[in-house]
Amino acid sequence: MSIADSPVLDFAGSPINKALSADDKIELYRKMVRIRSFEQAALKYYNAGKMGGFLHLYIGQESVAVGTLSLCGPNDHNITAYRCHGHALAVGMSMNECMAELYGKATGCSKGKGGSMHFFAPDKNYWGGHGIVAGQTPLGLGLAYGLKYKGLEGAALCYMGDGAVNQGAYHESLNIAALFDLPVIYVIENNGYSMGTSQKRSSSFRGCLAQRAEGYDMDWDVVNGSDLYEVRAKTHIALERARKQHKPTILEINTYRYYGHSIADANHKKYRTPEEIENYKKNHDPIHLWENRLLAEGVLTAEKVTEIKNAAKQEAAASVEFAEKSPAPAVESIMTDVYWETDNNTPASAIGRHFFTD
Amino acid sequence: MSRILTYREALREGLDEELARDENVVLMGEEVAQYNGAYKVTEGLWAKWGDKRVVDTPISEAGFIGMGIGASMLGVRPVMELMFWSFHSVAFDQLVNNAACVRYMSGGLINVPIVMRGPANGGNNVGATHCHVPEALFASFPGLKVCAPATPADAKGLIKTAIRDNDPVYVMENVLLYGTTGEVPDPAAGDHLVPLGKADLKRQGSDVSLIAHGRSVLHCLAAAETLQQEHGISAEVLDLRSIRPLDVDAILATVRKTNRVVLVDESKGFGGVSAMVSHLIQDEAFDYLDAPIKRVTTLDAPAIYSPFIEPDQLPNPRRVVEKVLSLR
Repeated sequence: MSIADSPVLDFAGSPINKALSADDKIELYRKMVRIRSFEQAALKYYNAGKMGGFLHLYIGQESVAVGTLSLCGPNDHNITAYRCHGHALAVGMSMNECMAELYGKATGCSKGKGGSMHFFAPDKNYWGGHGIVAGQTPLGLGLAYGLKYKGLEGAALCYMGDGAVNQGAYHESLNIAALFDLPVIYVIENNGYSMGTSQKRSSSFRGCLAQRAEGYDMDWDVVNGSDLYEVRAKTHIALERARKQHKPTILEINTYRYYGHSIADANHKKYRTPEEIENYKKNHDPIHLWENRLLAEGVLTAEKVTEIKNAAKQEAAASVEFAEKSPAPAVESIMTDVYWETDNNTPASAIGRHFFTD
Repeated sequence: MSRILTYREALREGLDEELARDENVVLMGEEVAQYNGAYKVTEGLWAKWGDKRVVDTPISEAGFIGMGIGASMLGVRPVMELMFWSFHSVAFDQLVNNAACVRYMSGGLINVPIVMRGPANGGNNVGATHCHVPEALFASFPGLKVCAPATPADAKGLIKTAIRDNDPVYVMENVLLYGTTGEVPDPAAGDHLVPLGKADLKRQGSDVSLIAHGRSVLHCLAAAETLQQEHGISAEVLDLRSIRPLDVDAILATVRKTNRVVLVDESKGFGGVSAMVSHLIQDEAFDYLDAPIKRVTTLDAPAIYSPFIEPDQLPNPRRVVEKVLSLR
């Protein structure tokens, strides 16, 4: 972690942050609190055996999704890996559809077909939710390609973990992004660990991970993820570079996850010291810091903080109730959403056999 | 009204017509633009359509194929060339996890209207890394569609259908077919489209059914001629054309007609398209069989280089004739 080494600058004065109203700032706070409440509820009921598969929690990293996505307009698209709940809520997906997906219910955002790692909301420019490390990085490139092809002034935000930076698909994407001048921003959410392997033990680099951009003649920056103002200020620069000049950027946002890689990561307290986790919670928690900042600015009051936190908890609890009460998908639903043509009963879908279940 | 075109020219005409029809169609791949295509399938299209519609990519299959998939989610319709289908291995995650599964995992919110095309064949002495025939491999993933045209007319008709289809379609061509010729309907007579999922009876017969796809169809036609001339055996040749969707009705119809079947398939014996077809026949037309289902497949070793013996590793007319004669 290089947070301690970063020069302390106040990004509250950057134009994109000055433009925030008091309500905007509270909304950013509310979004982060809602993500944390959702994840805490998910953890509780995952541990209670209510859901299957993996659960990769976003707790500790909320400022990244909330800060960056708060800058997105109608032509900006985004895509991420398997730690995808925070982005889903940040783009406006409901807790109900997300919790129901974790439960594997028919009311889930993917009808129970995707699970924790595969949330999607194309109507909100959110393209998932992808399970293979760095597998989404060429897709993010493609979103940028599509924007440029269609002549739209927009950018693609492609999120990834620090564990993804050593995959070939990512490097291929960087080369093409710079070669073709595509408006993509690779956001490395650097929480310091690729599963149980620390950055030091997994990546060879000079300076920082984002600096590898220089090898591709691409712009890059490092961001203190615990400061929402800084996340927004630096992401805004990258977004404008993408929208106006079709130039890609790598943003490395330093952050931290409180829990393991997934909840199945039994060793997460072995490869990290309790002091390290405690230090982060105390000194770098993005929600805590933003709360203090807004209290100091007089934007928030203690009463409002309590109200927002309680409302988020209630919303999360209600989403659990919604998921519990929702029906499981029908067995017949296994065979839909495979082909667009068969789902839509097109003339083409009536020709030949598409499915081969014995 | 027909013209004689090469398989290569027929594909090119199909691509050209679709570029004209839909402004979202983009050709992408290694050497497809300024170099005019490694096998000259796209020759002249960059000069005609320019940088936006015909795009040279770096040798970076995972990168550009994934890019095409992502772009297709926003409505672009990429038609991407693999210089050899064998190179699928370096882009497998994109071709399977992303192209085939994204629709399903999103509960049907997304579709991926891409076309992947390129040659998938042995027989031109390029060794084991360049000779994979992955049609059965990709057909085994629900969400993908696969076809393998054998003639110029089918090549044109299927590439155009593939481009218009709203699901990912993987078109398996063949280096050894690019220069072959055949009649192709005149564009003035209207759009020439060959549907996916529709097999074509390339030769009528009554004694035995030869079922194949791709270049093996030509071997079957040659073998059928020999069988007729030299042995008085009337062989029917069914060209599957499309692997998934598969024209099961046509397969069963020819088996019910001749009661004997030899499947000819450039796949290796373990798995392969013919293994699936064989299963379907025994499952759905068992009572119509007068002999065990036989296959002619590629000899079960990695592709050999030696031009002296590579033809013997692959299906060829001699092997097809011998297999038919072994049926009793």
